[in-house]
Amino acid sequence: MRRFGFAAALSAVIAVPALAADPQVLISIKDHQFMPSDVPVPAGLKVELIVKNDQAVTAEFESTVLHREKIVQAGGRISVFVGPLDPGTYEFFDDFNRATRGRLVVK
Amino acid sequence: MLATAIIVFREVLEAALIVGIVMAASRGALRRGAWVGGGIAAGVLGAVGVAAAAGTIATMAQGVGQELFDAGILFAAVLMLGWHNVWMARHGRELAGHATRLGHDVRSGARPLWALGIVVTLAVLREGSETVLFLYGIALAGEGGVSSLVLGGVAGLALGVAVGIGIYWGLVSIPMRRLFTVTSWLVLLLAAGLASQGAAFLMQADLLPALGSNVWNTSFLLSDQSIVGKILHTLIGYTAQPAGVQVVFYVATLAVIGGLMRLLGPVAGKPGDRPGVESAVPGE
Repeated sequence: MRRFGFAAALSAVIAVPALAADPQVLISIKDHQFMPSDVPVPAGLKVELIVKNDQAVTAEFESTVLHREKIVQAGGRISVFVGPLDPGTYEFFDDFNRATRGRLVVK
Repeated sequence: MLATAIIVFREVLEAALIVGIVMAASRGALRRGAWVGGGIAAGVLGAVGVAAAAGTIATMAQGVGQELFDAGILFAAVLMLGWHNVWMARHGRELAGHATRLGHDVRSGARPLWALGIVVTLAVLREGSETVLFLYGIALAGEGGVSSLVLGGVAGLALGVAVGIGIYWGLVSIPMRRLFTVTSWLVLLLAAGLASQGAAFLMQADLLPALGSNVWNTSFLLSDQSIVGKILHTLIGYTAQPAGVQVVFYVATLAVIGGLMRLLGPVAGKPGDRPGVESAVPGE
């Protein structure tokens, strides 16, 4: 278990330089709300969304329009790449708590 | 409790539908209960294991481990479903030639039930691991109390299983002569839908281009987040806003499996017509 964790951490560190070129946007989930719920994202660029789950329960970051779904464990974080996107709004939600909604505002 | 039940139901639904179709498709085959039951048991065990390793899986492959894992499971299931259909197309007529009860039983025992067993395992594993993660999170957080959690989980599971049983009953009410035509079409469409889901995960992992992020949008007619939409999503791969690459995978899977069924089947004709072997079973 420990070795796996170490290997995973190591691969995460190694992965960083390759991804560094894409702009990153942080979204956190807390008290069943996305922070921010309107997420500004630049148009025409590939963007890395980092979704951080600051809750004690598991979440699933999902967007029908963007074709993205990914489990975010309690206290964990994931990254999801989106774009390049056209200007507009793109909704996303927590599939494990659908009242938790937000949108990307692409400009 | 209700919220828990609804989420568990949604997660269980796809696996339950798949098990229902597999049970109908293997009707009359020897030891199918053992294969399907074993498949479910292996899937549940696997789901707990996968849920426990979820953190590790997620960080693998430079952060796209979850996507690759889901895609791998989906494509493995597509392969197994395709193998089953092609085998049935090839041996269906041949089996009918040996329609004595004994010959039939022995030979139908040679049907690739292991392929269907694996499909069941994969379906339960994938949906089950998400359910475990969801329930485990709630249990740890202590949201709503233990009894509400257990009740919600059991209610959601029961509801999902009921839908699976419902589709099974619906299918087996079809006369044996026609049943395998219907199930082989269902298996074909199911495989195509799973391939389209798999393509979406590879796209999310940035391994496939989107080829148009939303080729059409029929969510005003039927959202694939609704229950009916979700059932159709599993059964025929309905997607309200598909990406181009999903459509490509869907059509390609239909073409490859359907083509192999036609090509390898002993007699030319409609692919679904040949698996109608068990019509010769006495008492049907």
